[in-house]
Amino acid sequence: MFKPSPGGTGANGSEPQVDKYPVIETIGLTKTYTMGDVEVHALQGVDMTVHVGEMLAIMGPSGSGKSTLMNIIGCLDVPSSGLYRLDGIDVAMLDDNALADIRSLKVGYVFQNFNLLPRTTAQANVELPLLYAGIGGRERRQRAEEVLKTVRLDHRGGHKPNELSGGQQQRVAIARALINRPQLILADEPTGNLDTRNSVGIMELFQQLNEEQGITIIFVTHNPEVADYCDRVVRVRDGLIESDERNSPVGGEAPPFQAMPSVATGQ
Amino acid sequence: MHFYESVRVAMLALAANKLRSGLTMLGIIIGVGAVIALLSIGRGVERFFVEQFTSLGTNLLYIFPGQLSGGPPQERGRDVGVLTLNDSYAIANPLRVPDVIAVSPEVTGRVVVARGSSDLEVSVSGVTATYQDALLGEAAIGSFVGETDVQERGRVVVLGSDVFGSLFDPNEDPLEQTIRVNNILFRVIGVMEERGAGIGGANLDETIFVPLTTASDRLFRRRTVSGDYIVNVIYATVSSEERMEAAQEQIAELLRERHNIDFQGEDDFSIINQSDLLSIFGDILGLFTLFLSAIAFISLLVGGIGIMNIMLVSVTERTREIGLRKAVGAKRRNVLGQFLIEAVTLALIGGILGIILGGGGALAATSFINNFSAVVGIDAIVIALLFSTAVGLFFGIYPAYRASRLNPIDALRYE
Ligand SMILES: Nc1ncnc2c1ncn2[C@@H]1O[C@H](COP(=O)(O)OP(=O)(O)O)[C@@H](O)[C@H]1O
Ligand SMILES: [Mg+2]
Repeated sequence: MFKPSPGGTGANGSEPQVDKYPVIETIGLTKTYTMGDVEVHALQGVDMTVHVGEMLAIMGPSGSGKSTLMNIIGCLDVPSSGLYRLDGIDVAMLDDNALADIRSLKVGYVFQNFNLLPRTTAQANVELPLLYAGIGGRERRQRAEEVLKTVRLDHRGGHKPNELSGGQQQRVAIARALINRPQLILADEPTGNLDTRNSVGIMELFQQLNEEQGITIIFVTHNPEVADYCDRVVRVRDGLIESDERNSPVGGEAPPFQAMPSVATGQ
Repeated sequence: MHFYESVRVAMLALAANKLRSGLTMLGIIIGVGAVIALLSIGRGVERFFVEQFTSLGTNLLYIFPGQLSGGPPQERGRDVGVLTLNDSYAIANPLRVPDVIAVSPEVTGRVVVARGSSDLEVSVSGVTATYQDALLGEAAIGSFVGETDVQERGRVVVLGSDVFGSLFDPNEDPLEQTIRVNNILFRVIGVMEERGAGIGGANLDETIFVPLTTASDRLFRRRTVSGDYIVNVIYATVSSEERMEAAQEQIAELLRERHNIDFQGEDDFSIINQSDLLSIFGDILGLFTLFLSAIAFISLLVGGIGIMNIMLVSVTERTREIGLRKAVGAKRRNVLGQFLIEAVTLALIGGILGIILGGGGALAATSFINNFSAVVGIDAIVIALLFSTAVGLFFGIYPAYRASRLNPIDALRYE
């Protein structure tokens, strides 16, 4: 079973408060899909602020708009209306190339179904983002080996996805998300396809990345035990934020976002 | 992303689907292969003819009876479009045609030669003594037809090397032996050295040479009503290349006079020089090339459509891959480049294989033919490669553009 380490805020708590600035700010974010005559309002005005170093879970029933929100945050999709600022930059102002640069350099995305290139070695899969960041072969190899070590797959670099277990495949995907040293990792149901034992391993890995490297991590999950690893849980229903709660830390101080003005009142 | 990385990614993608890539290339391979093969053979034929013509010297004039340009037959004059031995002697007169230094008339046909139990059909050339200097090489054994042989209508024959090989043992002395030509006994006085194909492709090694008078009287029985010897062609050697036009005018004037053509009448003969022949030949070759270009264009079009088709399928099939690449930072130009390079690589490899197959095939096929070989030109290779690349680019651009415009999340969600 999941055993969240005590003090979800871990390293955050010991860091100076001045480092805490919002990495993600959304105001009145909406997304409407049109399918023929039918309009699906996947997001209906989401206001959310996430600070550097947070580990946050987004929960909610299926179809409530969690993935839609994550995709917009990850710059894989654009909102229908509303403001989204990533690192203080209004994403709506960016062109296609700049968005590609954000996906490449700022954000690491982890998918529920891993999305590894088949017939391609773990090493090459991990190197992929570096290819588009214009980094040369030697450095690519070196850095891929490094992150594979971080996800404890040092000896699996030569294996193809179909030669790896689900948990190992997801580690490869996490290594790929890590390789460009992003400040933000987005994981859409990363343990959704994994058994409990593998899920624990993956969550411990995320926790370690959050604590040791200070990477901001946002999860989408159905699993309350995954949420237990996080210091904040946002609940979404019908494209709206239903609740936004801090997980009670075990013997830690209040998470920093509590001290910040909410976006709504700050405006 | 560096160019060679894109090439590597493209090659991997093509290698992942070897059979399909191969089949897609097939159109280009066959198209380019066929064109290169035909072009190489055409080039070989061209070189062969140019060599044949120029080996006879650039100061040779060919005089044929009638209008080569296909004009209407003449109503006036004596025998319509006929050249005779006396015409030839007249041209040889330095007072009338000062710029011509040697004249060689020829009458040709097919005959059966026999000796003992062996017989075969060969070409026969009725010639005069000047023929050897103007058009032939050395005699390997014995001597060539002499002036007295022509005067006396001697039944003497000079054999081409292949004819000798067919009728005699290699060590046998053929001189003074008799053979039958159309059942008439002839005395062998010489054998020519191996020479290969001559003017118009006739193989001189499979030809026998007899005095012109003998050929006309004993083999063909061809004379004019006035008893003159009819010839098929007169070769005139001009003193120098600069005097070609002058010589042509002198001959034309003489022949018009001899044939009683008034000043309004058309020539009943044609005088042709090397460059005329080469340009007639060039016209034929040009037509051939045009025809080839049409085939090339159609086959490249077909090949290109095949590539476009497969690239569209490939883009659809790999929608998720494209989505993933974009999700991890690939820009539109990266995706565009990847698929374009794939298309160009397909076309280019097809082109290279086509060149190897077509060029190699043409060389192999012609290696069995004496004195003739296909010529695989560098220019043809370069053009084939350029065209293959262009086809890949042209037919690859649309699928690649479609791929590059995919929205990452839509692509990732694609089922
Ligand atoms: N590309 C799309 N086209 C049309 N409807 C979509 C699309 N993506 C999501 N939706 C709809 O938007 C709503 C929210 O979807 P999603 O964000 O995937 O929910 P969740 O991840 O919370 O399960 C759902 O009703 C879904 O059907
Ligand atoms: Mg979802």
